[in-house]
Amino acid sequence: MLAEKYLRDAMMPHIWCPGCGHGIIMQAVIKAIDKAGLDQDKTVIVSGIGCSSRASGYMNFDTLHTTHGRALAFATGVKMANPELNVIVLTGDGDALAIGGNHFIHACRRNIDITTIIFNNSIYGMTSGQYSPMTPHGHLATTAPHGNMDRNFDVCELAKAAGATYVARSTAYHAAGMADLIGKALANKGFSVVEAISQCPTYYGRRNKQGSAIDMLNWQKEHAVNVAAAARLKPEQLEGKFVIGELHSSSAPEFTEQYDQLVARLQGRE
Amino acid sequence: MSPTVKLLQGNEACVEGALAAGLKFFAGYPITPSTEIAEHLAERLPRVGGRFIQMEDEIASMAAVVGASLTGAKAMTATSGPGFSLKQENLGFATFTEVPCVVVNVMRGGPSTGLPTSPAQSDVMQARWGTHGDHPIIAIYPSSVPETYELTIKAFNFAEKYRTPVILLMDEVIGHMRERIELPDEPPIPIIDRAKPTVPKSEYLPFDESQGDVPPLANFGEGYRFHITGLTHDQRGFPTSAPDKTAVLLDRLHNKIYNSLDDILLWETIDMEDAEIGIFAYGATARSATRAVRLAREQGVKAGLIRPITIWPFPDQLIAQYAKQLKALVVAEMNLGQLVNEVERAAQGQVPIKRVLQANGELILPETILQAALEVK
Repeated sequence: MLAEKYLRDAMMPHIWCPGCGHGIIMQAVIKAIDKAGLDQDKTVIVSGIGCSSRASGYMNFDTLHTTHGRALAFATGVKMANPELNVIVLTGDGDALAIGGNHFIHACRRNIDITTIIFNNSIYGMTSGQYSPMTPHGHLATTAPHGNMDRNFDVCELAKAAGATYVARSTAYHAAGMADLIGKALANKGFSVVEAISQCPTYYGRRNKQGSAIDMLNWQKEHAVNVAAAARLKPEQLEGKFVIGELHSSSAPEFTEQYDQLVARLQGRE
Repeated sequence: MSPTVKLLQGNEACVEGALAAGLKFFAGYPITPSTEIAEHLAERLPRVGGRFIQMEDEIASMAAVVGASLTGAKAMTATSGPGFSLKQENLGFATFTEVPCVVVNVMRGGPSTGLPTSPAQSDVMQARWGTHGDHPIIAIYPSSVPETYELTIKAFNFAEKYRTPVILLMDEVIGHMRERIELPDEPPIPIIDRAKPTVPKSEYLPFDESQGDVPPLANFGEGYRFHITGLTHDQRGFPTSAPDKTAVLLDRLHNKIYNSLDDILLWETIDMEDAEIGIFAYGATARSATRAVRLAREQGVKAGLIRPITIWPFPDQLIAQYAKQLKALVVAEMNLGQLVNEVERAAQGQVPIKRVLQANGELILPETILQAALEVK
């Protein structure tokens, strides 16, 4: 069983609320790791702070639960010091894009071989419901009791513009497809980003009258448009929807490979 | 073979010491007056199979150092005041998760952006308490270029031996001053590497107090599959809020440093055997103080120098011992009163203390210290 192999029994029960989508996303990560055949002893999971980032502790690998927003910076040190390791970062929308926004764009720019999964539940869940950079405009949060005045990021566009070489989006509803996309992200030799849309019925859904976890999953189903289908639709037909699937794939020199080449050249091994 | 003789800056000597200690990873961010350390390591590290990276900010470079160290690499970063402020978050993470690393702070005038190209000693308390929460720290501070080389090696040795970040404090004078230095072919002191686990991988506990005050640290990527978190953690490294487990962890964290003071506390004294007037100074200020001691002796005043090399933990016993012998103790530092308060605490009222404090961006002159010594004789 995947759970026996990849989860730490001693860390159960997990802290996630009933109906939370994060467990589905963690499962997709595990399925993708298993399918890719990554060596469990050569794979490091790094996370920041927040609900999503607790996933590292549940997973049976070398795991590093860091400071808020800094997972990518720690992960860069891990990967840079030992490029043989597979490095996967699990982070949230607040962790990756607010406090960790600078690290995020520079990891994209560097194209270092790290796969980043952003658990996007549109809210700070751990601290019980403050607005994040992914909270939609006008929506409610404990710190936006009159409606959120900020505009939310399109993190996939951001990642692409900053230089990430693989970018995809999926949702907890589309769990099987998500695992496939994470698999492709793991296969990409470079910086990969998968935005994994999650539901937080407790702190986001309830305040914004989104119904139960099932209602929120159905909302994901109804509002997601596959990238292939989206290409055939007019912009007005995509109003209020979001696109899922592989959104960007390109090739660029990978950072640690370049550094390895530099070392080889300087040491006269080339 | 005879040693190579060079004329080096303190910052360059730091680089030589780090490489001699086995540095394999450096992450940094440009900041005066420490930038030469990054520049030289960018050139040197790839030649020895190490890795250099200039990160997007100071926070990230401290984070990358911790990540790299967890793979087994000896890792370092270097900065100055404003950057040292930013590093505090992940420096605290490193103290609590017990990840060996070296953080160099070449001090410049503060607060804030302050005096980027002028010397100061105004971060000595920040080195102790800059990051939040109860934690021990080791900070050592050279007074010359050759000593910078040797203490950089010692900083790595302490970091590896005690599984802790070590702060190498310098000041702009030590960082930028050039002095003659002999660089030996082999490191002048034995190089210490962190203890590795001896238990079967499945039984490895990264914070097991039964393994002693410094439990062995495995490398990521070798099959131990362990967890590191900045949350309060148990022996396994898993989060806990149990008061008993919290107490065990915090006690061990402190014990591993405070039970080893004989090893960690380094100092130098000059002419203290018969001294009546002691001068307490460190870093570049100790050079002026050394001159002041000679000038005072020429005038028949029995003066002597107490130079702490280990700043943290503070050498309480050293001060207490001399407090009984001395008629007066002059404390000179390039700040408005930081370590002098520690001296007063340690002296416990046994000796009058005269403060020579200056934070105007200039080195304290020997004459200034001499005058204070003559006033209290």
